[in-house]
Amino acid sequence: MGDFGALLDGFATALQPMYLLYALIGVTLGTAVGVLPGIGPAMTLALLLPLTYSLEPTAAFIMFAGIYYGGMYGGSTTSILLNAPGESSSIITALEGNRMAKAGRGSAALATAAIGSFVAGTIATVALTLVAPTIARLAVQLGPADYVALLVLAFLTVAAVLGSSPPRGIASLGIGLFLGLVGTDTLTGQQRFTLGLPALADGIDVVVVAVGVFAVGEALYVASRLRRGPIPLVPAGKGWMTKQDWSRSWKPWLRGTAIGFPIGTLPAGGAEVGTFLSYSAERKLSKHPEEFGKGAIEGVAGPEAANNASAAGVLVPLLTLGLPTSATAAILISAFQSYGIQPGPLLFQDESALIWALIASLYIGNVLLLVLNLPLVGIWVKLLQIPRPYLYAGILTFAALGSYSVGASTEDLVLLFLLGLLGWAMRNFGFPIAPAVVGLILGPIAEEQLRRALAISQGDATVLVTSPFAAVVYAALVVFLFLGWWLRRRQARTEAELAAVAATPAESERSSS
Amino acid sequence: MTIVVGYVPKPEGRAALRAAVEEADLRGEGLHVLNTSRGDAYVDPSYASPEDLAEVRGLLEETGLRFELDQRVGGRGGAEEVAATAARLGASLIVIGIRRRSPTGKLVFGSDAQRILLDAECPVLAVKAPAAD
Repeated sequence: MGDFGALLDGFATALQPMYLLYALIGVTLGTAVGVLPGIGPAMTLALLLPLTYSLEPTAAFIMFAGIYYGGMYGGSTTSILLNAPGESSSIITALEGNRMAKAGRGSAALATAAIGSFVAGTIATVALTLVAPTIARLAVQLGPADYVALLVLAFLTVAAVLGSSPPRGIASLGIGLFLGLVGTDTLTGQQRFTLGLPALADGIDVVVVAVGVFAVGEALYVASRLRRGPIPLVPAGKGWMTKQDWSRSWKPWLRGTAIGFPIGTLPAGGAEVGTFLSYSAERKLSKHPEEFGKGAIEGVAGPEAANNASAAGVLVPLLTLGLPTSATAAILISAFQSYGIQPGPLLFQDESALIWALIASLYIGNVLLLVLNLPLVGIWVKLLQIPRPYLYAGILTFAALGSYSVGASTEDLVLLFLLGLLGWAMRNFGFPIAPAVVGLILGPIAEEQLRRALAISQGDATVLVTSPFAAVVYAALVVFLFLGWWLRRRQARTEAELAAVAATPAESERSSS
Repeated sequence: MTIVVGYVPKPEGRAALRAAVEEADLRGEGLHVLNTSRGDAYVDPSYASPEDLAEVRGLLEETGLRFELDQRVGGRGGAEEVAATAARLGASLIVIGIRRRSPTGKLVFGSDAQRILLDAECPVLAVKAPAAD
C-alpha cells in the first residue's frame, strides 16, 4: 500500500504546473526528434545533459522521460507516411504502415499506432509501478560480487544483441570501457591513459563523449552522404479508424504490450526485438494473413504497442538495478550520476519522491503524447522539410555549446570533435554506438564493484562465482546469449519472408516510377 | 528557341504550365519543363512525384508540342537552376508560377520569383493560380 501512496504523492508533484510544462516540453521535443530520421532520443538526451547542471533533478527527469517516450511515438509517423523509420524500433511499422498510407488509409494507421502506443505505454507503466519496487526490495540484498555478475551480464548482452554482429558489438564495448578508464584512478591516485595531459587527468566527461559520439558523429555521417533525393511523402488522408479497425487493433495492442514489456526488462537489446516478435506473432494469429505485406492494421498496432511497452520495460532494470539496456537508458544513468544519485536498489528508498514523480510523469506524458500526436500529425511532418544542413548546423552548435559548458575548457571542444570523428568512423564501418556508451558509463561502476568484491574476499577471485545469485546470473547469461542468437535468427527469417512478400508489389512500383 | 517553365506540383505550378503551353503554341516554340530539388531535406513538396511527372507528360503529349521534361536533384536552389537553364538554352521566355506570400515569409525565406526576375536574361511571364484551383 505504501507504494500506492507514494505514487499518488508522485502525481501531486508531477501535476504541478511547472512540472507539467517540463513534461510538455519533453514530449514535444521527443516527438520532434522521433519524427526526424537519424536523430534519436539518445542523441537528444546527450545534447541536453548539460541542462542537469542548472535544472533541479525532478524537472530534468520529467523532461527526459518525456523525450524518451516521445521518441517512441514520433518514430511511427515517419515510418507510416515516409517509409523511412525515424527510430530503429519503428522499422517494422513501416512495413505495413506505409502500405496502408499508400492505400489511402494513412490516418487509420497513424491512429492505431498512436492509440496503441498510449494503451501499451499506460499498461506497461502500470506494470513498471507494480514490479519495480518489489525488484528493488530484493535487489538491496545484493553484494558487490552479485553486482559484478549483473554488470557482466549487461555488458555482454548489450554488446551481443545491439548492432550487426557480436564481435562488432564487443569491439564497440571495448572502446567505451577504454574511454571510461581515462583519468585518475580514485583508489590509488594513479594516472591512466592521460598521456600526461592535465586536461585528461580528471577523465573525459560523459557529456563530451556522449555528445561527441552521438551528435557530432551523426552530423558528420549525414554530411558525408548528404545528397539524397527527397522521398515522396504519402498524405495522411481523411477518415478515421473504422469499427473493424478497432476490433482488429485492440488484441494486437494487448499482445504487443505483453511481448514488449518483458523484452524491455531483459537486457536483450531494447525495443527492436520486441517489435519483430510482435509482428511475427500477429502474422501467425491474424485472421487476414493475406493482407500482411499489403497494409494489415494488425502489423502496425502490435509492433507499435510492443515498442512503447518495452520503453517502459527498460526502466525496470534501470531504476532497480542501475542497469541500462539501451543507449538512451545509459544516458539517463549518467544524468542521475551528474546529480550525485547512483541508480540502484537504494534509489526507491533514498530518492523515493523523485522516482515516483518520474513514474507519475510517465502516465501524464502518455496522455500528452496522445493529444499531441493524433491531431497534429501535419505539423510534425512539416519538420521533415527542414533542409538537413540547417538542422545539423544547429545540432553541432548546440553540441559545442553543451560540451563547453561542462568545464569551460577548449580542450573539451577539441576532444568533442575528435570523439565525433570516432563516432563517424564507427557509423561508417558499421560498429554500433550503444555498447560504447553503455561501456563508458557502466565501466567505472563495474570496476569499483569488482575491486570491492575482491577487497572483501582478500583477493580470492572465486568469490565472483560462488555467490548463489552470481551463479544464477552467469547461468542466465548463457541462456540470454542463446536466446538473443535465436531471436536474431528468427528476426532474419521474418525479414527474409517479408522480402519475399514485398518483392511482388514492389516490382510493379519500381517499373512505373 | 525554347520556353523554360519552372514546374512545381502545386496549383501555381500547374497554372504556369498551362500558360507556357499557350505561349509555346502561339510562338511555335518548344517547351523545357524544369523541376528540381536541392535534395537536402527528407521531404520536398516542390519535387514532383513520378505520378505528377507522368501527368505532366500526358498533358504535354496531348498538345503535340515539342517538349523536354527535366527533373534533377542537387545543384542550387530552384530559382537559380531555372535562370541558369534558360541562359544555357538561350530561352526566349521563362514562365513561372507565383503565389501570395506574407511579408515575413518573404523576409525569412526570400522569394524565388524575385530571384528569377532579377537573374533572367529574357522576358519572364509570371502566372498566378486561379482562385478556384
